[in-house]
Amino acid sequence: MIGRLGLVAAGAAVVAAPFAASTYHVLLMLPFMAYGVVLLGLNLLFGYTGLVSFGHALFIGIGAYTGAFLTSTFGVRSLEAIVVTAAGLGAVVAAPVAALCVRYVKIYFGMLTLAFGMVFYTFVLKFYRLTGGDEGLPYLRPSLLGFGLEGMSKTDYLTGPYYYYSLIVLAVAAVVMWRIVHSPFGLCLKTIRDNPAKAETLGIGVGRYRWYAFVISAVYASVGGALLGAPIGNVDPTLAYWTHSGNIVFMTLLGGFASFFGPILGAFVYIYLEDFLKSLAPSSWRLIFGALLAAVVILAPGGLMGLVRAARRGASPRPHDPARA
Amino acid sequence: MILRAEGVRKFYGEFCALDGVSLTIHAGQFVSIIGPNGAGKSTLINVLTGRLRPSAGRVWLKDRDVTGLGPVRLARLGLARSFQLVQIFPDLTVLETLQAAVVSRLGRGTRLFASLARDRVVTDAALEVAELFGLADKHHTPSRQLPQGDKKLLDVASAFALRPEIILLDEPTSGVSTADKTAIMEILVSAGRRIGLQAIILVEHDMDIVFAYSDRIIALHQGTVLADATPAEIQADARVVDAVIGRKAAP
Repeated sequence: MIGRLGLVAAGAAVVAAPFAASTYHVLLMLPFMAYGVVLLGLNLLFGYTGLVSFGHALFIGIGAYTGAFLTSTFGVRSLEAIVVTAAGLGAVVAAPVAALCVRYVKIYFGMLTLAFGMVFYTFVLKFYRLTGGDEGLPYLRPSLLGFGLEGMSKTDYLTGPYYYYSLIVLAVAAVVMWRIVHSPFGLCLKTIRDNPAKAETLGIGVGRYRWYAFVISAVYASVGGALLGAPIGNVDPTLAYWTHSGNIVFMTLLGGFASFFGPILGAFVYIYLEDFLKSLAPSSWRLIFGALLAAVVILAPGGLMGLVRAARRGASPRPHDPARA
Repeated sequence: MILRAEGVRKFYGEFCALDGVSLTIHAGQFVSIIGPNGAGKSTLINVLTGRLRPSAGRVWLKDRDVTGLGPVRLARLGLARSFQLVQIFPDLTVLETLQAAVVSRLGRGTRLFASLARDRVVTDAALEVAELFGLADKHHTPSRQLPQGDKKLLDVASAFALRPEIILLDEPTSGVSTADKTAIMEILVSAGRRIGLQAIILVEHDMDIVFAYSDRIIALHQGTVLADATPAEIQADARVVDAVIGRKAAP
């Protein structure tokens, strides 16, 4: 109940933000929502299937470059078309990558995803004529639901229509993911996370389910990447670099991978905290950030959601169900 | 005939763990496999359940050659197992564990967008098994919080939820107090009758349980079948008593 109220309050705050918050802070919400979509997918793999990928920036890159190619090379400006194409391309690339990666677990899986991510990064960096190399490609302003919105200033466009478009994509992505993790399929993923050998004796084909989870997570990351690129206006290889893969794992840990909304909370806190630390300590913010990650892992392995739950359990007269919300 | 192994040999490098084991399990039988440590029981189970491919020999489930087929496909073909070291899904509740087995049996695991909570067929079947195993009042308890005896029961119950034709129980009462052992065995046998199980293979060290429940006993020794007979015959067989059961302690 408290969880539901918190969700409604958070949703209302996000809807109201463009009217209440400063333009600067509203603009920071755009990467938050894009990462929210990425992390919903990443956590299907991480929190629900037990596989930690260090290569999902690959799919963020695919989504962002899809947007850049379609808008600047092919003249396709519709964000709906971009999102659908990004999702499709993400799935096409993920299918063989997943087939190879899911044969391994733990650090071997992580390293293999990292390797694929590096291959893609090198590809976009070196194929200058196709991708613009380190300069990247422009991601022109996409049209939303057929409206070009060319007359608007960039800020008005981003804090108005684009903001709500992103919010709707995030909301739809969350509803779909909520259904997936609460489906019979989602249950099978959890059995694999908890005990793959036992899952097999129950007739659950571990490799096949891991593959599905990987491909779905890649589709989410690609859609998130398509949303992430547009506000920047230019897509370059750093989006696909392995540290970017690390950042999204950090966001997940920060928010708490054991909870459905944990990673989204993690993305929110990450983005605003990074911004705050950058202005506070422009040269040493990474140091503080790193120390913070270490502190989270050591002191609060359940992430911020874990802390929220612990606090609620302490306050609640019935110390069970909130953890299962 | 439900399950048959013929001339099964298994080498680990130079070491011969199984040296030509043949056995046949018929419908309606409760068969125990006994033997001292190192006799090859674990290897035999792993071959029978498809986890290990034998170096030589074949295994049939009904009319089908299932040699080395792997646990996933064998589970779908009607052969289930439980483990000596209890295997549970620590973060899943009792109900979720049983639901997973039912989902697998009904082939509903690829229903991506269906609501598990609203799937009455799956939930009812899971609750029915929970009831059989006396776990119904704990169905919302996370498995890791169950007492050891209940973890064992849940491991076996999830195998039963597959509604197999034959089940292989690897020391289902190990690590459980003597008082609870009989209770667990009674639950297993009556649940087996309820779900129409055709045969039970039990691997067990506790001879009281072996002799109380078995229709037939297969004694393994150094990778071969030393004896395959009724409990009465086994008890009368000096070789088996000597090699497997051990001499009775002086009164």
